[in-house]
Amino acid sequence: MISIENLSKSFESGNNKIWAVKDVNLHINKGEIFGIIGLSGAGKSTLIRCLNRLEEPSSGKITMDGVDITSLDKKGLRLMRKNIGMIFQHFNLLSQKTVYENIAFPLELERLSKNEIKTKVDTLLDYVELTDKKDAYPSQLSGGQKQRVAIARSLANNPKILLSDEGTSALDPQTTKSILELLNRIRKEFDLTIVLITHQMEVVKDICDRVAIIEDGKIIEMNTVEELFRNPQTKTANTFISGLKFNIEQEFIKPEEFKGTLIRLSFLGSSAKKPIVSEMIKKFDININILSGNINELMSTSVGYLILELLGDEIEVKDAINYLKNQNVNVEVI
Amino acid sequence: MAELIIPSLLETLYMVLFSTIFSLLIGFPLGILLVITESNNIWEKPLLNKILNSIINVLRSFPFIILMIIVFPISNLIVGKSIGTTATIVPLSISAAPFVARIIEGSLKEVDKGVIELSLSMGATVPQIIFKVLIPEAMPSLILGITITIINLIGYSAMAGAIGGGGLGNLAIRYGLYRFQTDVMIVSVIVIIILVQGVQYLGNKMSAIVDKK
Repeated sequence: MISIENLSKSFESGNNKIWAVKDVNLHINKGEIFGIIGLSGAGKSTLIRCLNRLEEPSSGKITMDGVDITSLDKKGLRLMRKNIGMIFQHFNLLSQKTVYENIAFPLELERLSKNEIKTKVDTLLDYVELTDKKDAYPSQLSGGQKQRVAIARSLANNPKILLSDEGTSALDPQTTKSILELLNRIRKEFDLTIVLITHQMEVVKDICDRVAIIEDGKIIEMNTVEELFRNPQTKTANTFISGLKFNIEQEFIKPEEFKGTLIRLSFLGSSAKKPIVSEMIKKFDININILSGNINELMSTSVGYLILELLGDEIEVKDAINYLKNQNVNVEVI
Repeated sequence: MAELIIPSLLETLYMVLFSTIFSLLIGFPLGILLVITESNNIWEKPLLNKILNSIINVLRSFPFIILMIIVFPISNLIVGKSIGTTATIVPLSISAAPFVARIIEGSLKEVDKGVIELSLSMGATVPQIIFKVLIPEAMPSLILGITITIINLIGYSAMAGAIGGGGLGNLAIRYGLYRFQTDVMIVSVIVIIILVQGVQYLGNKMSAIVDKK
C-alpha cells in the first residue's frame, strides 16, 4: 500500500545540515494500522508529513497504491492528497465555521452541490455521533468532540489512507481511548490504512498492528506490536514499553537484595494460558518466589510479565531456566 | 452653526467613504500578496515579496501632506482637478492603501498555521485557501483593521482640509484658525470626535458578533 524507500529529509541551519529523517525504509500494508513512535525531536512528525508532502523529502521515494508521490507535480499532488486524510494534534478546525461547515469544507473544495454535501455531512455527523452539535462552533466543543469532527472531515473525501499526526496527544487518557476506538472502527468500515505517529506507547498498544521506533531520524526497530512487547531489541524500545510494564520492578526490585536467581518471563497470549510455572516447580527441585506480575492487553492478544526468584541448587535452576526457554516464553535473567 | 457643520460633515463622510473603498481595493490584495508570497507560505515568491515590502515602506514613509501635494497631478488626471473634496479622495486612497496592506497582512498572519496546513493536506488550491480559509478565519480581526483604517482616514481627511480639501477639518481651519471663530472650530472637533467614537464602537461590535472563536 505505502512503500517508503531511502527517505531522507534535511534542514539547513546556518552552515549545518540537520537530518530530521535519514534513510527510512518502510512498507505499510493495506488495511493495517501502522504506528511510528519516537520521542519529540526524533523526526516522526517530519516523516509522516513527508507522506503527503506537507514536508518535501530531500531524497528517496514514496509510493502509495503504485503512485510515486515524490514525482508528482503540483496539480497531481493536490489530487493525490484528496485520497489521504489527515488529523492533527491540535485538530485544526476552522474556528469561524460550525461543525457542519467544517465537515462540509473538503466537499466544498470539490464543488459538490449543496444537496450532495448535506447527505454526506449528515451521514458523517451521525457516524461520529455529533448530529446534535452540528450548529456548534469548535470553541464550544471538548477536545474529544473536536477530534471527532476532524476525523469526520478527514473521511469526507473517502480517502484510502489516514495519517494521524499525534492525533490523541492533546487528549486525556479516557478520550484518547474513545478516539482510538473510533479509528479502529473506521479502519474496518472505510477500508482504511492508517499511519499514526505518537510518543505514547499506550496508543501503539491499544490500536496498532505493527510499530516502528524512530530515533534521530532513523528507524531503529520495527516489529509487530506483540513481538515488540515480548522481545524489544533496543534500549529505546525498552524505555517505551517499560512505562507500561515493570515500573514496580525497576523501582523496588534490586537483584542484589535476593539470594536466588531473578528472572523475568514475558509471554504472549497462547503461552500465557499454559500452567508453565507450576509445571516447572513439579519438574525441578526448586522453590520459587513471585515478585511481580503484569498483563497488558494488546489489540489482538495479551502480553504478560512475571518476575520470579528461583531458589535452589544451581544446576536445577539452570535446567529450570532452560525448560522455560523451550516453552515459547522469553526468559531474561536479571 | 448647523448650516456650516452639516455640509462639512457630509463632505467628510463622502471623502472617508470613497477613500476607504478605494484604499481597500488597492490595499486588500496587496495585503494578501504580502502574506502568501512570504517564504514558507502558500505562494512563495521571495523577490515579489521583497519588492512589495519596499514599495509599501516607501509609500508609508511620506508625510500625508507632502504626498497629497505630490499626487496633485494624478488627482488632476483622475478627477479633473487637484483641489476640492473629490480631488482629495485620490491622495487619501493612495496614502491609506499601504496602511491597509499592512493591517490586512497583520490580520491574515494571525490565522492559525494549522488550518492552512489542513487545507493543503486536503488538496485546496491557493485561491481556495485565500477565500475559504484565510479571509473567513481572519474576519473578526479584519473588521477591526478596517475600523482603524476608517478612523485614520477621518484624521487624514481633516488634515487634507488644510490644503484645499473639504470637510470638517477644512471648516475648523477656515473658521477657527483664519477667522478666529473658536466656537466653529470646537464644534467641528467635537463632531470629529463623535464620528471616531461611533466608528470604533460599531467596528468593535461587528467584530464581536462575527467572532465565533
